[in-house]
Amino acid sequence: MSTTAKTNEIPDRKLKPVQINNKSVKKYPWPIAFYRTSVGKKYAMAISGIVLLGFVLSHMVGNLKMYLGAQTFDHYAEFLREMGEPLFPRTVLLWGVRLVLIGAFIIHFHCAYALTMQNRRARKPADGYQSPRDYIAASFASRTMRWGGIIILLFLIWHLADLTWGWANPDFVRGEAYANVTASLQRIPVTILYIAANIALGFHIAHGAWSIFQSLGINNPKYNAARRIFARGFAAVIVLGNISFPIAIQLGIVG
Amino acid sequence: MHVTLNVWRQSSNKVDGHFETYEVADINEDMSFLELFDVLNERLLDKEQDPVAFDSDCREGICGMCSMMINGQAHGPETGTATCQLHMRKFNDGDVITVEPFRATSFPIIKDLAVDRSAFDRIVESGGFVDAPTGTAGDANLTLIPKAVADKAMDAAQCIGCGACVAACPNGAANLFTSAKLMHMNLLPQGQPQRFDRAINMVETMDAYFGSCTNHGECQAACPKEISIDFIALMNKDYAKAQLKNRATASQK
Amino acid sequence: MSKVSSPDLDAKIPQGSMAEKWDNHKFASKLVNPANKRKFEIIVVGTGLAGASAGATLAELGYKVKAYCFQDSPRRAHSIAAQGGINAAKNYKNDGDSVKRLFYDTVKGGDFRSREANVHRLAQESNNVIDQCVAQGVPFAREYGGLLDNRSFGGAQVSRTFYARGQTGQQLLLGAYQALAHQVALGNVEMFPRTEMLDIVTKDNRAVGIVTRDLVTGDIQSHSAHAVVLATGGYANAFYLSTNAMGSNVTATWRAHKKGAYMANPCYTQIHPTCIPASDDFQSKLTLMSESLRNDGRIWVPISKDETRAAADIPEDERDYYLERKYPAFGNLVPRDIASRNAKTVVDEGRGVGPLKNGVYLDFSDAINRLGQSVIEERYGNLFEMYERITGENPYEVPMRIYPALHYTMGGTWVDYNLMSTVDGLFVLGEANFSDHGANRLGASALMQGLADGYFVLPNTIGNYLAPLLGEKIVPTDAPEFVEAENAIHDQIDKLISIGGTRSPDDFHRELGKILWDNCGMERSKESLEKALEEIPKLRDEFYKDLRILGSDDEFNQTLEKAGRVADFLEFGELMVRDALHREESCGGHFRVESQTPEGEALRDDENFAYVAAWEYTGDLTKPKLHKEYLEFEEVHLAQRSYK
Repeated sequence: MSTTAKTNEIPDRKLKPVQINNKSVKKYPWPIAFYRTSVGKKYAMAISGIVLLGFVLSHMVGNLKMYLGAQTFDHYAEFLREMGEPLFPRTVLLWGVRLVLIGAFIIHFHCAYALTMQNRRARKPADGYQSPRDYIAASFASRTMRWGGIIILLFLIWHLADLTWGWANPDFVRGEAYANVTASLQRIPVTILYIAANIALGFHIAHGAWSIFQSLGINNPKYNAARRIFARGFAAVIVLGNISFPIAIQLGIVG
Repeated sequence: MHVTLNVWRQSSNKVDGHFETYEVADINEDMSFLELFDVLNERLLDKEQDPVAFDSDCREGICGMCSMMINGQAHGPETGTATCQLHMRKFNDGDVITVEPFRATSFPIIKDLAVDRSAFDRIVESGGFVDAPTGTAGDANLTLIPKAVADKAMDAAQCIGCGACVAACPNGAANLFTSAKLMHMNLLPQGQPQRFDRAINMVETMDAYFGSCTNHGECQAACPKEISIDFIALMNKDYAKAQLKNRATASQK
Repeated sequence: MSKVSSPDLDAKIPQGSMAEKWDNHKFASKLVNPANKRKFEIIVVGTGLAGASAGATLAELGYKVKAYCFQDSPRRAHSIAAQGGINAAKNYKNDGDSVKRLFYDTVKGGDFRSREANVHRLAQESNNVIDQCVAQGVPFAREYGGLLDNRSFGGAQVSRTFYARGQTGQQLLLGAYQALAHQVALGNVEMFPRTEMLDIVTKDNRAVGIVTRDLVTGDIQSHSAHAVVLATGGYANAFYLSTNAMGSNVTATWRAHKKGAYMANPCYTQIHPTCIPASDDFQSKLTLMSESLRNDGRIWVPISKDETRAAADIPEDERDYYLERKYPAFGNLVPRDIASRNAKTVVDEGRGVGPLKNGVYLDFSDAINRLGQSVIEERYGNLFEMYERITGENPYEVPMRIYPALHYTMGGTWVDYNLMSTVDGLFVLGEANFSDHGANRLGASALMQGLADGYFVLPNTIGNYLAPLLGEKIVPTDAPEFVEAENAIHDQIDKLISIGGTRSPDDFHRELGKILWDNCGMERSKESLEKALEEIPKLRDEFYKDLRILGSDDEFNQTLEKAGRVADFLEFGELMVRDALHREESCGGHFRVESQTPEGEALRDDENFAYVAAWEYTGDLTKPKLHKEYLEFEEVHLAQRSYK
């Protein structure tokens, strides 16, 4: 197991202390100053995470209408486009929601990227432990957040290509939501992809939903134990709801 | 007892390091892990080989000087225990034990298992104090502190600054150390006037040296004082408040 | 007064009644104008309670401070390991405490070998220390009403001890360290961690700087200042096994001694009765457990020295509860020194318990039967847990094994009322000086003294020395005095490295420790001390012939560090024994066999020994020169202790 490691530069031991309240240090306006620190990024990550959790939950609940038949489902799809009328013209509110979601995705992703870079700098790969780490507390979920996130991102692109843009779905007909879903999920590889991606999403949420409380500092012995239960329950509901669709279609219950 | 040690040897930060294997026979199970290294060093010296450099001082679990990554765990397998209070009876005869220094970019290796943790001092210097010059204090009992508050502050204050939290963290984050010091002050009435400046300064300094928290909880599991990651949550909240709060209303609820 | 102190030892005790002396002194002291303070540079060596508090306070006042510690951070000094608490005369419990009573108890507890005026000042400042620490955010234990909690400690009849769980020393040190860190951030203190002081530099008997070794790079450097403050702790590690940290050493004060600072009462050491006995020859240190265990535990050994049965199998009538037998009134709660000495006596008789027969039982089975395990758990749960962690034995089922260990040293560098040694401009604080605890220290007093010295005494007295120096430049570090000192250090290190023998520094240290423990421990006689005086110089010669250090001096070399410290212990140990030999009385923590009552108890000799023995280095270790500061007791009248 003999390995070597690259040397690292020793920071100056007589390092000057950080000047507190140093006027010469550039002061940023507060949202930027806030976002520049890791704690602020975790905040941004948590808040964008809440938005995204709200999305996956309503997406799943909306899709449950699949069990009520094509008419109900397509009616719901149309509702999304009409949402907000007559205050907003058709699809404007939907686009508003989409923009918020896109914003949340970008923030969520940028935080993840920036924090990962910071963590790499803090523990340069070449200086990582040479012997195997023995994790005591870190769960599979917490250690796979980055991979899970990338899997979810790739799935999301495919999912949009499949059911929104239709590039990945030869039977795609714009506006026929029910027919598009059932056609796509009748393909066995797609079903497998669906289930796999949702399991990844489940792990991501199981750690992420708990992490939100920690990152936002929502911490009180009175309900701390419930946070973990909430996160896992939330993940379970999403995963069970979502994977029920391809299974139901494969079994012929829907479609 | 007989154990086989794989020990990280690196004569300075200017050269590469490597593992060296040592057979250590005839050891007593009542020895502490550091006494095992004392014995190893005596035997190395007898053979005219350079002894293994490692830090230790009080050897009763309070000074925070000892710092060994033992079989992939900071301070070894025993929970709530620093390396100095880990005893050989926790191992089995014939075990192979791998020992590395606490690693992080801001904990550069000085030699072998000794690392430089002065980045922690920088974090404290940036705000881990109450500005109370000697002689200015009023009577000690003037400020009432609810017992629950004092106890919680003490839970945080008992941090020994060993760096196990950073060593154990897959991200090399120092959030547990920083939050323990920050919340010790920020929970107490004495810490309130500087509460928000303290939160901002300490978090920013922490970021300058260390990684970020992704809520793995490894730090809490490695901490010889079993300090809870609840303090990290409280630090996050205080930091956000510090960014948002109008300081002129700081004394209002 | 019939006896006249040595003219070299002017204690500068202020005029006035005991209660007025400190105020009078502060008023009479010279002041340095706030604008001028920044023109003075002060070196502080050691960053424990005394050093960190002094460094922070001097910097707050405006002085330019340079602070040094051999650990990697000032927060790690061994003050951190103090468990029990800190005394103050607050009288929050309304149980009759007062400055006068704390003063009285400390003088009496010190067995009338401390300087009354210093002790009174300590008692006065004790209250300010608590106020200061609370203001810093030290999380002392609290009552449900939010007020500070106090407990009775070490047999005191009043509850005057403040505590923070079992980690009082840690919390107080962190408070002082944080104050120091603040001053570092403000640029008022320059901090040098992992730096060991190896010599003090004097010019015309004035301390003008120090020479240090950077422990990481091996650089030998000179540092110049207007005054030097040593707060480098005690020398219990001379005994190898003690409750002190691995790095605790006598080097700073010993090298100051060789430059003219008199060493006072080096034979006054304190031995703590309830430590965990050594488990093998490689034991590196001993761990102390709170003395409060003696409140409910019963101490015993088997009557027969051939006993081999497990503790539980030994019938009552074959056990010897020796403290209860010899001291029926106090029983297991006799003072530290008596408990320690009796433990050593029974172990020396071969009646010790445990695999190495080196301990005595501290048995809780009676208390558990009487009060129930839950009560014992509530009172001592964390201590039992600690014991089990270290020994692997469950003290609820098997009696604990305990044995005395070196814990604190009351002796140290001689200082006057200003805390200045016999070298002008060299101040010594905390455990490193000799002044406040006489021949025996009371529990929870060490923290009080370290902080009082650093926060309140030195900052008020150092002006007396500095004020007249206004306008004087510090001596440049290329001056001949510094060059000479640096060269001497280089020579010494080269000498140590070039020996090329076969034995490690630890090996010599262990042997020295055994000589001192056996012959100059809690019980000593003319014979044992003379034996030690023969053995120590031989061991020292052997050390300089057969020491082995590998590696070089320009790297992180822990063997070299140790060797330097052991070399000093080998010289200092001899002085300790000489001091013990000359003091032909039993007193405080030590028992001189020739000086005992017909009942076999310690007999103090006030007629001949009511003085501080301050030793001057003459260049010849066999002939240190004795100076005497006679002690006057105006307030507390001399009386013999009796615990029968």
